[in-house]
Amino acid sequence: MILVLVDHDRGELDPLSLRALTAARKLSNDIHAVVIGNDGAALSAICGEYGASILHVAQHPEITDYTPAASGRALAQLANSLKPEAVLAAGSPRGNEQLAHLATILDLPMAAECSEITLGDPHSVVRARWAANLMEQALVHSGLLIATVLAFAVEAEASPVAITVSNVDVLLEPIDLRVRILGRGGEAAKSGASLTDAKVIVSGGRGVGGPEAFSLLEELAALLDGAVGCSRVVTSSGWRPHAEQVGQTGTKVAPDLYIAAGISGAMQHIAGCKNSKTIVVINTDPEAPILAYADYAIIGDLHKVLPALTQAIKATKG
Amino acid sequence: MDILVCLKRVPLAGSTFLLTPDSRDINTDFLGFGISPHEENAVEAGVQLVEQMGGTLTLLTLGPTDAEEQLRTQLAIGATRGILLETEGEDWDPQATAAALVEAINAEETKFDLILFGAESADSAGYQIHIRVAHALSRPIVTNVKTMKIENGIAQCERAVGSVRELYETTLPAVITVRDGLNIPRYPSVPGRIQARKKPIEHKKPEPRVPKLEKVSLSVSPSNSTGAQILGTGVEAVPALVDVLRTIGVLA
Repeated sequence: MILVLVDHDRGELDPLSLRALTAARKLSNDIHAVVIGNDGAALSAICGEYGASILHVAQHPEITDYTPAASGRALAQLANSLKPEAVLAAGSPRGNEQLAHLATILDLPMAAECSEITLGDPHSVVRARWAANLMEQALVHSGLLIATVLAFAVEAEASPVAITVSNVDVLLEPIDLRVRILGRGGEAAKSGASLTDAKVIVSGGRGVGGPEAFSLLEELAALLDGAVGCSRVVTSSGWRPHAEQVGQTGTKVAPDLYIAAGISGAMQHIAGCKNSKTIVVINTDPEAPILAYADYAIIGDLHKVLPALTQAIKATKG
Repeated sequence: MDILVCLKRVPLAGSTFLLTPDSRDINTDFLGFGISPHEENAVEAGVQLVEQMGGTLTLLTLGPTDAEEQLRTQLAIGATRGILLETEGEDWDPQATAAALVEAINAEETKFDLILFGAESADSAGYQIHIRVAHALSRPIVTNVKTMKIENGIAQCERAVGSVRELYETTLPAVITVRDGLNIPRYPSVPGRIQARKKPIEHKKPEPRVPKLEKVSLSVSPSNSTGAQILGTGVEAVPALVDVLRTIGVLA
């Protein structure tokens, strides 16, 4: 049996978890899902649709929001009682963190961000390093395999089965509750569509020049029902909220269309956008590294090209 | 307040990678070295806290003898002393690395109030050493911190992952991992560099362990594009782009 952590934020599914469920099905026909916190119980239908026959709902009065140390404890308790062959999660910051707590509690290795997994003795994985610019072939010497699945390495495919829900009371240690959540929110993405769901992302970098000119990107994104993204330098400069940062340390995205305006293409940015179906670059520099990863490019000033593009699209829509 | 920052020497790779003939490592013949980006923020945070509250800032790294270069650079920014856990230059797996760090921390007379890491390393992307260290020391851990306030033995941290920002509080001693945006790291000054030459660096040689996560080989990921097709220059190229948007189905 493979146990898959299905991650959620107050009951809202992390779609990368469906890819982790799909990756698990390539290893076994016997898939269990686990959610941390009662809010996750709402996800039983979707877990069944993606092949899990049992959803374990790990609950404790203190588990309300994201508490990774408590997640690790809950996963360890389930791993000890269910004896799965592997515990998998999405290779997201939260997936990596929760499984790292699990691996630490059980004193086992963890292989993060795997694009390929073969169970065995030892297990064999291919995992991403250097913001997925390099892939590492590695062996994992452990009975239970603990691994996360590289974002976008596997397409989510449905495979519906009947699912039952099993509630599990988690026994936490005092140390698991030493970090208290005081509050949250504050900064949501400014644009309507969220980056992970958007089919079109219009993204800006240093070349945008300041927060004001992002209105050009917002207008184009709105016209295409898309979202606005940005590079790290933009959030570091305070021009846009962190929620819009695309990259290894921001959000990894895979839209149908990614427009990179005034973005040179640092390695860590490429890691976040290279799974896009089509990448269009607008940049004054014909030598910008991002051109090597792009499909189409216009060499020019985004402050002129973007308004012209917006006008041209408006004209086609009549 | 006594602070420890953990660092890692990494090659300053560009966007193209060359491997060694045995495909086990990056060919670093033509590369400089530095530390992972978020770690510069960790050192800066440590320096600022010691400036405000007094105390000491210790740097700890596991790596080849040459990692002394990275320790000196960060000592020049204002750290007090360094500890170098020497390897033969090969990668250590996350469990072995964490165990060596914990052993070194436990051997210190100073009981660090705060242990800082960068949110992730540039190279190995294991996402676990900080968590293993925190558990081994029975300390709480907060990760991916973008703002941090420390007062009266309590750390308030804001963590940003995806579209959610969360505010956490924990009591010291604690382990915290920070990310870029926390502060603007300063450059070492000339007097700082001169002082850094005299600051103490302790060399230790931890026992290597058999890796549980064993690297076999590396390969360079194929780029999923053969390079961009240039549609043209400036606004004249816009009609060609509109045609592309129609072809890929974004426009009807």
